[in-house]
Amino acid sequence: MAAPTPGMNRFYLLLGAVALAGIAWLVYQVGKPNAVSIPVNVTVLAADTAGFRGYVLGADSAPVEISVFADYQCPGCQSFETIQFPAVRQQLIETGLVRWRYRDFPLDGHPHARLAAHAAACASDQGRFWEMHDVIYMRQAEWSPVRNATGKFSDYAQEAGLDVGRYDECMKSAKFAGRIQASFMEGAKLGVNGTPTFLIGGRLHNDILSSDSLKALVQAQLTKPAP
Amino acid sequence: MGIALLSLAGLFIAIYMYLYKIGKIGTLVCGTGSCETVQLSPQARFLGIEVALIGIVGYAVLLTLALLTLQPRFAGGEWPSRLLTVLAGGAVLFTAYLTYLELFVIHAVCRWCVGSAVIILAIFGLSLADLRRRSREPA
Repeated sequence: MAAPTPGMNRFYLLLGAVALAGIAWLVYQVGKPNAVSIPVNVTVLAADTAGFRGYVLGADSAPVEISVFADYQCPGCQSFETIQFPAVRQQLIETGLVRWRYRDFPLDGHPHARLAAHAAACASDQGRFWEMHDVIYMRQAEWSPVRNATGKFSDYAQEAGLDVGRYDECMKSAKFAGRIQASFMEGAKLGVNGTPTFLIGGRLHNDILSSDSLKALVQAQLTKPAP
Repeated sequence: MGIALLSLAGLFIAIYMYLYKIGKIGTLVCGTGSCETVQLSPQARFLGIEVALIGIVGYAVLLTLALLTLQPRFAGGEWPSRLLTVLAGGAVLFTAYLTYLELFVIHAVCRWCVGSAVIILAIFGLSLADLRRRSREPA
């Protein structure tokens, strides 16, 4: 086999140097801090919570209210929201029996939970909270393990029908960080310490309830004698 | 040699775009700010496959072929050069289609895509020149 000429050796050295520089640049890009982050230790202002107590679905006149404290990155919440919630929506909310209130309760161990909650809050700004909520939960397995989920949520914003330019501005502003923290603090004050936790008739239920269990609990509320 | 270096540069651009798509990179370095619009558009997939992934495979194949043509045992042979030219020609057509999508469907231009388009055009030009040179050389 012929030995490489000095010219070829120089070429291979140059190719190797370009390859190393490229790899170093990619490693730097991957390691760069996230451009969008939602602060945790934010001071909650009165304006953050004024008139806002969660995302509501269902009639104001519904006889029973259920609040769920949930975390977008929690597998149990994902299981509830994708498997049980469609039946709950159809059988309890759309029938006028239940008013549903979704509260953010992002847990510390879930690095993208606040980002996800903020993405959904930005969707609510455009009147598409539930669409975004559904997409984020449905795609949890896709975004949860990645190091940086900003691009994924932007993708979902488009899928949920949002104006992506407005959505990106909203995410960069992190304007709902205080509202998310307020929701977390309210849950903690009520005694919520895990997700999902349901608040029904003044009692906390911290299991992943099935739609049938929820129906039974609603039935119990409806038949409860007035105080 | 130029084709190998350009293919390597194109490969890194494609890997960068793909890392962004799979969530390993949060924000793209992009002067005009339209890179994310392009990368997050439905047109960033072709027949269900990420265009960036197609780019990775394409540039890797071009790089391999370019290195093959430099090997002494292929010095007189035309087939690696011919294959390289055909593939680069196909890549130019695909890039033209993607550029059309950027300009007339997405209405946004990604600088990395423009960079990749320039690279693939240069590869095609160099591969044509190499093929002509080889065909003129006495066997």
